Amino acid sequence: MKETILTAIERGAFFLDGGFGTMLQERGLAAGELPERWNVSHAEAVEEIHAAYLSAGANAITTNTFGANLLHYGREELRQVVSAALGCARRAVERAGRGYVVFDVGPCGRLLKPYGDLGFEDAVSLFAETVKLVGDRADAILIETMNDSYETKAAVLAAKENSDLPVFVTNVYGKDGKLMTGADIPAMTALLEGLRVNAIGMNCSLGSGHMAELVPKMVAYSSLPVIVQPNAGLPREENGRTVFDEDEEVFAHNLARCLKSGARILGGCCGTTPEHIRRAVGLCKPLSALPVKEKRITLASSYSRALEIGDAPVLIGERLNPTGKKRLRAALTDGDTEYVLGEALRQAEQGAQALDVNVGVPGLDEVRTLADTALAIQTVTELPLQLDSSSPAALERAMRLYNGKPLVNSVNGKRESMDAIFPLVQKYGGVLVCLTLDESGIPDTAEGRLAIAEKIAREAEKYGIAKKDLLFDPLAMAVSADASAPKTTLDALTLIGERLGAHTVLGVSNVSFGLPNREAIASAFYALALDRGLSAAILNPASAEMKKSYLGYLALTGRDANCARYIAFAETLTTSVTSQAAQKETKEDDSLRGAIVSGRTEHAARAAEELLKTRSPLELIDGEIVPALDEVGKGFEEKRVYLPRLLMSAEAAKAAFSRIKDHLARTGGDETKKCTVVLATVKGDVHDIGKNIVKALLENYSFDVIDLGKDVPPERVAEAVVDSGAPVLGLSALMTTTVPAMEETIALVRKVAPQCRIIVGGAVLTEEYANKIGADAYGKDAMASVRYCERVYGGKV
Amino acid sequence: MIGIRHFSALPFSEREALRYLGYRGVQADGETLSALESVRAEAERALLPAVCWTETDVVRAGNALTVGTVTTESGGLRRNLRSCARAYVFAATVGVGIDRLLVRYGRTDALKCALLQAVGATYVEALCDAFCDWLAERTDGYLRPRFSPGYGDLSLETQRDIFRLLTPEKRIGVTLNASLLMSPSKSVTAIVGISPTPCSVAKRCADCENATCEYRDEL
Repeated sequence: MKETILTAIERGAFFLDGGFGTMLQERGLAAGELPERWNVSHAEAVEEIHAAYLSAGANAITTNTFGANLLHYGREELRQVVSAALGCARRAVERAGRGYVVFDVGPCGRLLKPYGDLGFEDAVSLFAETVKLVGDRADAILIETMNDSYETKAAVLAAKENSDLPVFVTNVYGKDGKLMTGADIPAMTALLEGLRVNAIGMNCSLGSGHMAELVPKMVAYSSLPVIVQPNAGLPREENGRTVFDEDEEVFAHNLARCLKSGARILGGCCGTTPEHIRRAVGLCKPLSALPVKEKRITLASSYSRALEIGDAPVLIGERLNPTGKKRLRAALTDGDTEYVLGEALRQAEQGAQALDVNVGVPGLDEVRTLADTALAIQTVTELPLQLDSSSPAALERAMRLYNGKPLVNSVNGKRESMDAIFPLVQKYGGVLVCLTLDESGIPDTAEGRLAIAEKIAREAEKYGIAKKDLLFDPLAMAVSADASAPKTTLDALTLIGERLGAHTVLGVSNVSFGLPNREAIASAFYALALDRGLSAAILNPASAEMKKSYLGYLALTGRDANCARYIAFAETLTTSVTSQAAQKETKEDDSLRGAIVSGRTEHAARAAEELLKTRSPLELIDGEIVPALDEVGKGFEEKRVYLPRLLMSAEAAKAAFSRIKDHLARTGGDETKKCTVVLATVKGDVHDIGKNIVKALLENYSFDVIDLGKDVPPERVAEAVVDSGAPVLGLSALMTTTVPAMEETIALVRKVAPQCRIIVGGAVLTEEYANKIGADAYGKDAMASVRYCERVYGGKV
Repeated sequence: MIGIRHFSALPFSEREALRYLGYRGVQADGETLSALESVRAEAERALLPAVCWTETDVVRAGNALTVGTVTTESGGLRRNLRSCARAYVFAATVGVGIDRLLVRYGRTDALKCALLQAVGATYVEALCDAFCDWLAERTDGYLRPRFSPGYGDLSLETQRDIFRLLTPEKRIGVTLNASLLMSPSKSVTAIVGISPTPCSVAKRCADCENATCEYRDEL
């Protein structure tokens, strides 16, 4: 029996084929014609190209199925073109008496949400429908020419969930070494190794010379065989014919360079021909491939970058955890995403390198909320996230939808926990926090905690989860309850590092429970833990005390060249005192109203904070904020004030409101809201700037806004209106093509909630048009929408 | 053949950005200008401008006009391509980095988001201008003002035909949404006629019938 493709790859350099599209064009494929149709209509031509590559020395040929998906074909035709493609390839292999068939999967042609309009699960289903047609007629699946990390993840999940074939993945890197949507080589390596694919690499876009320069970096990170399929340089026109600027000689020479740098699976992309492959095979034959080595690098990643956990200790922000935080708890319960995102951004600015995300509030649907929150945070920061939940179901959904390889918090030594969590990490990838406790509790000794760590590592190995992907937490406990507790934890850090050779993590501040000035003692403990080799700490990055320990440690252990980071930090310690003094001086002459009118955000926040000491929130809102907004809004209506200034004032008012909310959370007061307004951009329309401006203003006028986002189906709008009992609905559409969707939404809402007033806006609408499609009002701009909602609230409409 | 061009830097017209923000013949104040500049600088770092293009025949049959794979009865396009036997078709984008910032500020900062919309639109227009300048240099003939799906009576449906011709998805990462809009959002597709005679209409907008358009460029 023939050896498997993976065995063949283990043996040494392995050659794939070269370009297909250019070969079809030479045989008459017209511009705009779908190439996969040729599998049926010109099967001999397709088979002939396969045969040419095999005779040139390729070990495997890829099927002509790059665009074979349900976006380009109907279900029946898709089945036909895929089946015919496999037939062409199989026949070529039979005729040659050698070779493997690799099923080709290209990008689907649509960008995923939130930057495009295709949902992640929709993308998974789309790829799944194609993969299901392959069966056992191929030897592997090659997911290629992927520009986007998220789409890559969707395709890999579809392949793994619907086929047992090995999965290879190639991405398109630019000269900057990044994908079009931002991921660099370490980030993609982390993601794809986490998803347990069998080989990774790069193709298309770059010529072989540029690609040869990127190969060493990928080989340095990858524990998998590396694939290289460059273009034959860039296309240009010569006497009416397309030529590529790298000839066969140059191409072959550069593939040999790639092989010498550690790439193992070699082939070509656009513009390469059987002759390119023949030359490359000839030149590479005398060379032997470098061994594929396991890299012991611990990587978590976001959609764009990887975080390496190794020599330098890592800071994981702890602030996104509602335990003991009233304001965050309220924000999660009320769906106040903006507050949550604000916390994420603050921690990023304060130097967190990853963010723990925990949404455990009793009564909250954690499965939905953890994933939604993580995805929302991914739209505002590039930091990797640590998904934190005691619910395996919540972890699973969040790990599946997360764009990257997350940190996962946590597993412990209990059988039940390991049985639930390891399969998730095995499937989706992740760096897993492992708590050293089990059915018998937390051992009193460092040796006992090491023993649990060893047990967890052994069990993880059964799932193919390497030790490098485990972060052991020997559990910091309150020194106030047990004077010897910190020493046990610290000793366990040493043991786990030295005997198990694994990375460690601690929730540092737990040590200070029950003591005054907790930060002072927690930061001292943190310094001790760092000295014992702690790899990562979960802490509040805003804490200057913790920063002192952290940056002091880096400087004192030669991890901060010229003490540069320490010096920069130390300077902020002195300037923050002077800037506080400076703030005091300017404060007197800035009324809250003035600050909002002139759009000075920080002044407005400070003024609100100051006023709250003597006046009630309501007095502030009615006496300062609303009059200021009215003044600016009137200017806007009279065209004296332009949009940017209106928004500056809105942002300033928002800052003041944020202080009021903090105040209310502290004092237990309730915010008085006028009434609920539901907002949505209608189905099919992805423009939301106008709607967002309306939302910002309405919130400043104390309306309770339910923002459904963009591209919202009529049914969801109707449901939200009914559920909330909102007296006003605002709909936005920017394009003429989506106005029918607006009309449809209005009709549906009229049916289920006839009392609800509907105002519409957007670039293509006019007063007349609004009437025609059955709206109650037309909002010609954001202020007009606010005025209308005020009238509805006042019972005047 | 489908050519691909990458651009490393683009000029920026502050006047143009302000026009998108509703300033017409009005001076913006210093604070607005400095906010605009800071957003522009951030956007500039996120730019990844790229164009893919091809040159094709223009064929007329009765009321129908065929440019590559695009067949239309649009009167606007027929007027625009009067006396052109050949045309360029291109797709241009400033990249998804701008969308990332738009989504981010859409959730956190309404002002920056509005400024970014204007900055992104300005940059993608600048890209189209730079690309058309390059086309003009390589062309034996004169270029007509570029004409895009959605202009006048040229239906957005035309986008599907242009995408079939250029396959910009795999070349420069521009994709077509179900609603016929493009992602990245700051992308443009257009047809540029090659004329044997200089064009009477030198500037975009001048040829457009929508005289009340809020964004009409008066110069």
